[in-house]
Amino acid sequence: MSLKKHILDLRKRKEKVQQGGGEKAIEKQVAMGKMTARERILALCDQDSFTEYDLFVEHEARDFGMDKKQLHGDGVIIGTGTIYGAPICIFAQDFTVAGGSLGLMHARKITKIMDHALKMRVPLIGINDSGGARIQEGVNSLAGYGEIFYRNTLASGVIPQLSVILGPCAGGAVYSPALTDFVFVVDNISKMFITGPGVIKTVLGEEITMEELGGARVHAETTGNAHFFAESEQECFDQIKKLITFIPWNNSKKAKSFPPKPPKYKGKIEDLIPSDPREPYDVRDVIGAIVDDSDFFEIQELWAPNMVIGFGRLNGETVGFVANQPLVLAGVLDCDSSDKAARFIRFCDAFSVPIITLEDMPGYLPGADQEHAGVIRHGAKVLYAYSEATVPKITVILRKAYGGGYIAMNSRHLGADFMFAWPMAEIAVMGPEGAANIIFKKEIDSAENPDEMRKLKVQEYKDKFANPYVAAAKGYIDSVIEPSETRQVLLHAIEVSAHKDDSRPDKKHGIPPF
Amino acid sequence: MKENKTEELVDFAILSMKYKTKLTKKFENRKKYEVPNPKHIASHIPGTIVETIAKEGDSLKEGDSILVLQAMKMMNQITMPFDGKIKAIHVKAGDRIPKNHLMIEIE
Repeated sequence: MSLKKHILDLRKRKEKVQQGGGEKAIEKQVAMGKMTARERILALCDQDSFTEYDLFVEHEARDFGMDKKQLHGDGVIIGTGTIYGAPICIFAQDFTVAGGSLGLMHARKITKIMDHALKMRVPLIGINDSGGARIQEGVNSLAGYGEIFYRNTLASGVIPQLSVILGPCAGGAVYSPALTDFVFVVDNISKMFITGPGVIKTVLGEEITMEELGGARVHAETTGNAHFFAESEQECFDQIKKLITFIPWNNSKKAKSFPPKPPKYKGKIEDLIPSDPREPYDVRDVIGAIVDDSDFFEIQELWAPNMVIGFGRLNGETVGFVANQPLVLAGVLDCDSSDKAARFIRFCDAFSVPIITLEDMPGYLPGADQEHAGVIRHGAKVLYAYSEATVPKITVILRKAYGGGYIAMNSRHLGADFMFAWPMAEIAVMGPEGAANIIFKKEIDSAENPDEMRKLKVQEYKDKFANPYVAAAKGYIDSVIEPSETRQVLLHAIEVSAHKDDSRPDKKHGIPPF
Repeated sequence: MKENKTEELVDFAILSMKYKTKLTKKFENRKKYEVPNPKHIASHIPGTIVETIAKEGDSLKEGDSILVLQAMKMMNQITMPFDGKIKAIHVKAGDRIPKNHLMIEIE
């Protein structure tokens, strides 16, 4: 063959394999409102940046007539590319090839690109769209899953790992996304569950649709398994690209710096907040008034909304926000919001992102359901995550910090580097009413007019304790600041802590209350 | 999202303070705590009733089998928690029941 012929032959081979499962299967995929695996990768990566590996891999299965079947790429596409110039490793399961089922070579391709990502120290993006294990390959496909989980765990905290659920992801397959840092779902397309509706019907006789059992909304709102919810695949890709701009490539790098921008919000920050600690406001408005360009990128917006987490920039540098949300459940700590905050704090700590905590919380959510759901061990995760973190840790107490919540939300006592409070901040063991009822019980009960006396005593307590100055007098608060100074003070704190050097005792690893 | 921010605000009591705030679906759908009744036996796992051994009105000793609940490929013997008389059995062989389904009442 002449050289030209060789090249033409290569092109022909490529073209054939790149068709995936063929026209009919692609039509089906499109009819489900889904893009093909290749289209997805090309939509995510910078133009002409995607380079494919293992296009010509073939499976080795011999049983159940598999020896006569050729599965293009064995149902998965892997390779490298860039997103806004940041290098990434990516795999996308191809549902048009044998339902994206996972056999031995399919898994080998995925683990190959995972090993590559870990070695190159670049983020890994996995697009999941698979019917599950390839049953014809038996235990080999289970082995494949296990080897993926193992690598997810090894890479955890070294490189960012993103999972995109764009189709079914059922049974054991769901554990790979669950081990990664961020999970993206799309309405009507993503389905995740351990046991499907069929099994539930057989065992329980209960009818439940796939959507109700493990649809995108369920995981974004109820289970907390998903971090980002989108209406369409394109919106999902935009979210992924935006996230990539906020996070570093690996745990030894810092996130990319951007040109500093002032917030878009030009009003007074104190106008956003009612002074009565019982009136609600949206803490995201406060974050918007602080961060560059008022651009706050919220994570897990729909799940446990009483805690707000996400990324923003200060002077062009990425920071993570953890904030109580008085608008929902008064901003209490409960099982879900504790899990949400703790995991995010650990991500920030692992990837050198400073943590800014905005505190306005009445305490823990009371109730038998919370106690029985283990709010003690869930709440403890927040304490653990904050105490363990060595990145710059900055707290601003906005209005109230009561009881255990004061300690948990990155207090000085857990190693906060900077503690700021607004002048209306109430820092106390509990709210003034409750405290007065206990401390002055005798006086109130024996008074001629107990209600009058209670009011008097509540005021007395408020004057004495419900302010930031008692804590400031002990040095627990570094500085009581005017709300309008918040951004400047935070910029300064980030600047001062740019070379923070802190460490924890040497150990194999801690034992967080998982 | 912004325009309905103040909608659905409710009074929400935490300790002695009442806050104006929104609730979540999950919070509103939470299960109220009920004191367990020792004379009621509910299913601890979803499954299928394979066989009822005792009948209503039987006087049984602690540990005697009342019925068999098959779940996750296991035959679970449901036994008397203490000596007593069966007041009612609410399930029959072949029934598929969810978790926490009231199966037996003891007098």
